[in-house]
Amino acid sequence: MTIQILMPALSPTMTEGSIAKWHKKEGDEVVSGDLLAEIETDKATMELEAVDDGVLGKIIAAEGSENIAVNTPIAVMLEEGEDASAAEAAASAAPAPAPAAPPEPTPMPEAAPAPQPAPATPKSNGVRVFASPLAKRIAADAGIDIGAISGSGPHGRVVKRDVDAAIAGGVAAPAAAPSAAPPAPTQLPVVAGGYTEVPHSNMRKTIARRLQESKQTVPHFYVTMECEIDKLLAMRKDLNARAEATGEDYKISVNDFIIRAAAFAMKKVPDVNASWTDEAMLLYNDIDISVAVAIDGGLITPIVRNADQKGLAVISNEMKDLAARAREGKLLPDEFQGGGFTISNLGMYGVKEFAAIINPPQSCILAVGAGEQRPVVRDGALTTATMMSVTLSTDHRVVDGALGAEWLQAFKVLIEDPLAMLL
Amino acid sequence: MADQPTETNFDVIVVGGGPGGYVTAIRAAQLGMKAACVEREHLGGICLNWGCIPTKALLRTSEVYHLMERADEFGLKVEGVSFDMEKIVKRSRRVARRLSGGVAHLLKKNKVAVFDGHGKLAGKGKLEVSAGGRKIAGLTAEHIILATGARARTLPGLEPDGELIWTYKEAMVPEEMPKSLLVVGSGAIGIEFASFYKTLGAEVTVVEVLPRILPVEDEEISDFAEKAFNAQGMNIMTSATVKALKKGKDNVTATIEADGKSRDITVDRVILAVGIVGNVEDIGLEGTKVKVEKSHIAVDEWSATDEPGIYAIGDVTGPPWLAHKASHEGIICVEKIAGANDVHPLDTSRIPGCTYCTPQVASVGLTEAAAREQGREIKVGRFPFQGNGKAIALGEPDGLVKTVFDAGTGELLGAHMVGAEVTELIQGYGIAKTLETTEAELMHSVFPHPTLSEMMHEAVLDAYGRVIHF
Repeated sequence: MTIQILMPALSPTMTEGSIAKWHKKEGDEVVSGDLLAEIETDKATMELEAVDDGVLGKIIAAEGSENIAVNTPIAVMLEEGEDASAAEAAASAAPAPAPAAPPEPTPMPEAAPAPQPAPATPKSNGVRVFASPLAKRIAADAGIDIGAISGSGPHGRVVKRDVDAAIAGGVAAPAAAPSAAPPAPTQLPVVAGGYTEVPHSNMRKTIARRLQESKQTVPHFYVTMECEIDKLLAMRKDLNARAEATGEDYKISVNDFIIRAAAFAMKKVPDVNASWTDEAMLLYNDIDISVAVAIDGGLITPIVRNADQKGLAVISNEMKDLAARAREGKLLPDEFQGGGFTISNLGMYGVKEFAAIINPPQSCILAVGAGEQRPVVRDGALTTATMMSVTLSTDHRVVDGALGAEWLQAFKVLIEDPLAMLL
Repeated sequence: MADQPTETNFDVIVVGGGPGGYVTAIRAAQLGMKAACVEREHLGGICLNWGCIPTKALLRTSEVYHLMERADEFGLKVEGVSFDMEKIVKRSRRVARRLSGGVAHLLKKNKVAVFDGHGKLAGKGKLEVSAGGRKIAGLTAEHIILATGARARTLPGLEPDGELIWTYKEAMVPEEMPKSLLVVGSGAIGIEFASFYKTLGAEVTVVEVLPRILPVEDEEISDFAEKAFNAQGMNIMTSATVKALKKGKDNVTATIEADGKSRDITVDRVILAVGIVGNVEDIGLEGTKVKVEKSHIAVDEWSATDEPGIYAIGDVTGPPWLAHKASHEGIICVEKIAGANDVHPLDTSRIPGCTYCTPQVASVGLTEAAAREQGREIKVGRFPFQGNGKAIALGEPDGLVKTVFDAGTGELLGAHMVGAEVTELIQGYGIAKTLETTEAELMHSVFPHPTLSEMMHEAVLDAYGRVIHF
């Protein structure tokens, strides 16, 4: 009996994957647990391990194959005593790995497709998309993600006219906000020197889709505050010196303080730890903080879970490990999916301040700038202090201005007087 | 004259109490608006009093009569079948009266103020109601919806006199059975009367100016119906015009021109059913920006006229002249005024049409020819009644169900039926269209056996070469 190896679903939202690398060749012996291949998903690269012993008989999806739908056969394993012809037979019996969605949107279906019901695989965060069968069919034919289209039918159902409008608009853009100008079709640049076309990685597509969706559908609201961090810097120096002296294994960064302060501030102002849904506000029980980490080709937000219950050293070491594995593309799905609040720190680049885009369904993101010496007035006299600007972006549906300011105030107290974090 | 309401200021006033008007008024009240309805004659309008409903009562009589004539076929012994015209008409009037009373009750229940009188616009936001030539109320409202309906069209030289030359109204209350009858026009109204009188034994001639009867229906369905009528002995003349009607003492001689030739036929009575015109006169449109085109009020997709605050719905705004279209337009109109969510203009391709002749005809959406004219690649499915067990058991083996799909998307573009009970079947396809199903969902639907509805399934399967029972 040959064994078909299928494209695995490595995360709840995964609908397709690409073969980044095969670690075994056809004919190689495989023992259960061996690394077979690396699969690139929309978020990360993950390892595919063998679950059976045998010989890798046939690779169906070659290295570099993209957008292979979950559960499509990608290889055939031979059990003991079987020869390669069995693998060939099994491979030819299996349908060729079909892309889950056409890579390029085709503007119009050219020929009458066979009357097969379209496999309705709404993407959009794995949330069920309500759409009419006809709307699904037309969107699939046009290569449009129906989850990216706003529905105008009963209870927001996506109907034919919505898909037609999206196709006419050139891109699958939400048609919800009437104030928003119709999206302009993507224009190709006209430049004398020509250009190099770099195909989008899955990560790039995900970032593009999610952030566009966020900025277009979430009413952003911004609150900025300046925090003096001299005490914090002194305490950090102290703690790190202690580690050196005792040989303990930690080196705390300013960002680790920010994570802890943010977690404590959320404990004090728990209403920001929430998500908007049309039906109700979802208030989270745990304080999970996502931290944006820049990686090759994009960024990812690993999560420090229950950050309010962890000491600085634990947060620091956990964060180092998460960031390192993020850069290697080896985070597990539950290490970057979820979270109730995000911190984005560009201080190390010398950025003074900026405003970040909320990472839905979260309702807040804190943008952190560099700590720098600035003139300040204290008791009527001009002096200097190390100041750090932070800007909180909030989803106004969840967090009103006063609530955002309240949270920021709690955060500032903790950052400026880090001893309070011990309480 | 019943007591008139004392309140005079409303959010919405609907002029006309037909199926468009009274439904609109009820919906407005449901939406929390203070609503009034002004009706000059009967609540329920033409539909309920002189149209849809009383004709269905008449046609039920002719259907039962027809079955009794076929009694032997069903193993029954019935002798001396005959009818009493006075009783037939009485039943029809009783049905209408009962439903009209029902409408009055519904309006009262929904707290809609009903004014018995003639409504006429009298300046911005004002409506004057008069009865017997005397003003009985001056009303005001921010929104006034005209639902005044329509009446039979007359052509020069073809004027009804109510004695020998009838419109639908006289045709509905005959004192005795004419021996011979000429029906001018073969739309739904003409064909229903032709069918009623033919079944009860009159010699019926139908003259249609267009090349086929029931001209708005799919060509295949028209042809099927025409063959069925011919087989019943109805005389159908298409591409023909009635040039003149000359009245005798108790008969009419009609000059009919067809194929360049002219011939005279003499009949007892003539029914004119050559379309309808909107009731746009004497409702105060003069001096407003409301535009009237070919006797119908011009409106946008939300039923708004060019005059702010004045709307028009139903027959007075033009075809299709259907009660359910009027009701639906009115609902959309007031929901739009109320700013309700999820309001969209009426998609006319989703309005079913029914004709209650024998055999019945029903359809929704595009005909095959119209779909092709739009340049679409289509798939067409057909299923005949003779392949359906229930149809055979009912003794109704003649009929056809036809579907038209967009070949690319699987969208159900249209469905067309002729045969027994198809007017009760068509809404299945209507729901399918509104839910935007494709052929796949229709194929996956389980249709109960044995029913006529199984043919709806088979006609879908046939469009994709998968028909089972034929």
